[in-house]
Amino acid sequence: MKQLYAIAESIGSAVLLAVRSGRYLNSLPRQFPRLVEQCYLIGYTTLPIVTILSFFIGSVLALQSGYSMQNFGAKQFIGTLVGMSMVRELGPVMVAILVTGRVGSAITAELASMKVYQEVDALVTMNIPPERMLVMPRLVAVLIMMPVLATIANLCGWFGGALVCKYTAFISVEPDAYFAALKRFMEMKDVTDGLIKAEVFGFAVILVCCNIGLNTRGGPREIGAAVTKAVVVSLILILVLDYFVTKALI
Amino acid sequence: MASSLAPFLDKTFGVTIEKLNKSFDGVPVLKNVSLEVKPGEIFVIMGPSGSGKSVLLRHIAGLELPTSGRVRLGDFDAADPATRLQIRLALVFQDGALFNSLTVYDNLALYPREHRLGNEAQIRDRVMRTLQIFSLEKAAAQYPGELSGGMKKRVAIARALVTEPQLLLYDEPTSELDPVMAATIIEIIAALREQTAVTTVVVSHDRDLAVAIADHMAIIMDGQIRAVGQVADFAHSTDAAIANFLNPTIDLKNPRFKQLENDHE
Repeated sequence: MKQLYAIAESIGSAVLLAVRSGRYLNSLPRQFPRLVEQCYLIGYTTLPIVTILSFFIGSVLALQSGYSMQNFGAKQFIGTLVGMSMVRELGPVMVAILVTGRVGSAITAELASMKVYQEVDALVTMNIPPERMLVMPRLVAVLIMMPVLATIANLCGWFGGALVCKYTAFISVEPDAYFAALKRFMEMKDVTDGLIKAEVFGFAVILVCCNIGLNTRGGPREIGAAVTKAVVVSLILILVLDYFVTKALI
Repeated sequence: MASSLAPFLDKTFGVTIEKLNKSFDGVPVLKNVSLEVKPGEIFVIMGPSGSGKSVLLRHIAGLELPTSGRVRLGDFDAADPATRLQIRLALVFQDGALFNSLTVYDNLALYPREHRLGNEAQIRDRVMRTLQIFSLEKAAAQYPGELSGGMKKRVAIARALVTEPQLLLYDEPTSELDPVMAATIIEIIAALREQTAVTTVVVSHDRDLAVAIADHMAIIMDGQIRAVGQVADFAHSTDAAIANFLNPTIDLKNPRFKQLENDHE
């Protein structure tokens, strides 16, 4: 019962944080330098790892499906399988997981440290709402950068799959055939659904990480504990949200 | 201080604390605290460690919500976030609470930038003028982590001052400082009040500080106000707890001292 109460309290606290941060959207022009900085941190610094991982996810997907499909003579559908899997599922989920590890943990550590060392209290006494300065620019930045990262992840995954199909002896599917299969069954809705999922996951991850950071109490040990908690909660949330968002979009 | 302050204060506010109680997880920290700080005075709240004085100061700053009772700043409720729109309040935290990822200059420039108090040239002028008052202009490009304890305190006071506060609060301003730096900080606090007439509330366990600057002081022990009055009233207090706190004596008959004496011989 106590744990249920704690979960409900955390959800309520995160929703309140989102609402309070939303109230300061009109001050976005004033926060523009911070928005650019956060776009750089969320987008540019996550890009290399997104590129590498999605390339190899596409490659492995092509390899595994090629190995299985050759028995059924269905190799011509590898492009469709890799394309759809990346766009609808693996692209958004992988990017959200990488953003959690690469950016969410850093945000929690920074905000928890600011909270523990009273920097957040100092902002409050100066009548500078922490939501306006610390949370809102990050939430807007993740909404801007997630579709970009997800799109790049999709392209890298497709490209990785195409290379594997061409250069793996037991698959031997030419890129033209691979991309033709990919295009044949894919609709614009598949792409937009994937991007919507990426937006939802990214927003939820950054909101959770900010909320846990700003509610940290104690000392340096609690900062470490807050980061661990933020990463675990975000990963669980991504997978739970994945089910519900997918169900809503299908 | 290198130069004097131009008077900035349009208005200052008194502080009224009425039957304030605060508990954390059912543990009472403040018990029925009532105090009145008159506009323009320096009020020192003294007490031993863990007596609740910092929690009391956080209530005045509006950083804590009372369990019961209330704190008024002039006619405004300190617990109401809207009060911060009416009153410019500055709190100098015990360890400075400087923004570690910002330079000293940016720490001071944050308030005027966020509140749009002029263009960048005007903000620069305001910040550099404040830094000069505390002889900190050469530290403008440094980060808080690169400063000594005394410099951090001065930057924290400078950051408070750049907001042109109508109510100035200090939490243990002389803690962890050597006697010379502590005396400098005491001088700064007194000079600021002298030049700006800002209401000042100081929380400390430093008796020298209280004697040097307080118009009025209160002793808080175990979450309760034990006595309130002028500094002179406490000089010959008949309350044993207060007398012991303000004039701690060393028991030379303590076996520990006997041991030290023997070691010395």
